[in-house]
Amino acid sequence: MPSQERFAKGPIALFECMQQIPCNPCADACPRGAITVKEINDCPSLNEELCNGCGVCMTHCPGLSIFVVDYTYGKDVALVKIPYEFSPLPEAKTVVDALNRQGQCIGTSEVIRVQTSPNKTNIIWLSVPRELAMEVRSIRLRKEEDHES
Amino acid sequence: MRIVNHPILTFPKRDMVTFTLNGQTIEGVAGEPIAAALHAADIKVLRHSHGRHRPRGLFCAIGNCSSCLMTVDKIPNVRVCTEPLRAGMVVETQEGKGKIV
Amino acid sequence: MITTEILVIGAGPAGLMAAIHAAEAGAKVLLVERADRLGGQLIKQTHKFFGSKAEFAGERGMDIAEKLINQSSDISGITIWKNAVVLGIYPDGVVTISHEGAFCTARPKKIIIATGASEKTMAFPNNDLPGIYGAGAVQTLMNVHGVIPAKRILMIGAGNIGVIVAYQLLQAGVEVAGIVEAAPQVGGYRVHAAKLQRHGVPIYTSRTIQAAHGTSCLEGVTIAKLDENWQPVPGSEQYIPVDGLCLAVGLSPLTELLWQANCEMKFAAELGGYVPLRDANMKTTHEDIYVAGDVSGVEEASAAMVEGKLAGLYVASVLGHKKDSFTKEFQTAKSQLSALRSGPASVKICTGLSKVVLEEVG
Repeated sequence: MPSQERFAKGPIALFECMQQIPCNPCADACPRGAITVKEINDCPSLNEELCNGCGVCMTHCPGLSIFVVDYTYGKDVALVKIPYEFSPLPEAKTVVDALNRQGQCIGTSEVIRVQTSPNKTNIIWLSVPRELAMEVRSIRLRKEEDHES
Repeated sequence: MRIVNHPILTFPKRDMVTFTLNGQTIEGVAGEPIAAALHAADIKVLRHSHGRHRPRGLFCAIGNCSSCLMTVDKIPNVRVCTEPLRAGMVVETQEGKGKIV
Repeated sequence: MITTEILVIGAGPAGLMAAIHAAEAGAKVLLVERADRLGGQLIKQTHKFFGSKAEFAGERGMDIAEKLINQSSDISGITIWKNAVVLGIYPDGVVTISHEGAFCTARPKKIIIATGASEKTMAFPNNDLPGIYGAGAVQTLMNVHGVIPAKRILMIGAGNIGVIVAYQLLQAGVEVAGIVEAAPQVGGYRVHAAKLQRHGVPIYTSRTIQAAHGTSCLEGVTIAKLDENWQPVPGSEQYIPVDGLCLAVGLSPLTELLWQANCEMKFAAELGGYVPLRDANMKTTHEDIYVAGDVSGVEEASAAMVEGKLAGLYVASVLGHKKDSFTKEFQTAKSQLSALRSGPASVKICTGLSKVVLEEVG
């Protein structure tokens, strides 16, 4: 887990991949060489100084288990980038339900940007309340009738 | 029901042909397995077993299990999960073992 | 009678790799596939693969299939037969094949059997109702034919296949009512389970299916909790209305040809059932028959591809076809396989393999 000091410097990738399985595309994908997977069954290890939170690793991870969090994004809000492989994709500036790791709705989030990827693992940038930055890991698109609430 | 939008796959529009199931006209894609066309039309009962007339449908969808046997153009015991659909095929729900003589 | 050097039976990931590497070394290969298209189970895999770059990690299975299929079509030394079912392997070395309805005979010098595995089913009341599918069947319908298998599906089995197919169901717009797993924990990779959980799909561990219900088609299932002795707990029954049930309860190697050819077989539950004894070069107890992929033990696509490469390279070398790079390539492939199997996720596979891999065979 990055230190408060590192979080204060800018966006950083967080790896929620804690099981030893044979897998290393993240290491090959990082354009800055910030990720190391020494033996193929090792969990990835991140050089926090080299990482700039670009999110390229997110599109390559087969487990969709990498997220980027940026606490410097705003005063009361943080930016969370999630991988997303469902259709339809949300549009930028729309409000979506913010879900935690258990799929529970813990608030709403504004979609800041949707980066489509040629390999179809898209990245969605979400603005979330600061205190939820380590909780929000998925979204649910709101239907028309939800907009009143 | 057929998938229209998929986040990873693209399903291009393809030529449809008609065939009959127990006399009822149904549309399907030329060349797809008969079972896929039936499923797309929400038809899942493909035959009835010979002892207790139990309804049977797809299980493996790849030609291994023999759950999906139907009579096609009077030929019994056709594995519809692998048999390609052709225009005008006469498909019937097979009752029991099918007549082979 | 067709003569060829190497007959490869099955054009899934293992068979394709075997054919490609044998032919690249200079051997003449006949690759036969019973389906009307090559690629085996790879063509349905919409998810990105694990492993390392050498096993196409990070690429979607269906894209890997396309690469291998194109590669095999480009090599002139490979003859490809689709809609070709191998009917038998005889003691005099003749192989009978039904190719697009025509009966053929072949006399290959060596055979690589890469016929894969098929889905197991489970015993419970009404397990034969329409609407109950193997996981692979659901993938075939959705990902190959673009047909929605059901509106609401319950998945039985939280091994890798169960959790991967459940995610693919979500992507196809199907509601996944939950995943039921008899063991107290999920057997598949945790990252797969995490994707489902954050989508709101419940995972019921220590549960089993008691019965399916419906008249002409499936309408619902009853699940029950299991105690530490794997016995259902009375009173714990729960009815779940679904119109689709997906069984991801394991695969069994498709070994009929190996039995018929008198290869020595052994039961290894860890590998899916009866598998052939084989040496480190994938040779069975039959001097001319080799194996690769799930038929030799149910594992992963990455291992299937490397085994195919090993078998292809080795068999070609036995026939006198050896590139200068043979030793290096062969040893690298062996190291790849060891590395894939060295983690805690492969302990079961290694236990199974220790029962069936021999130092010297035949």
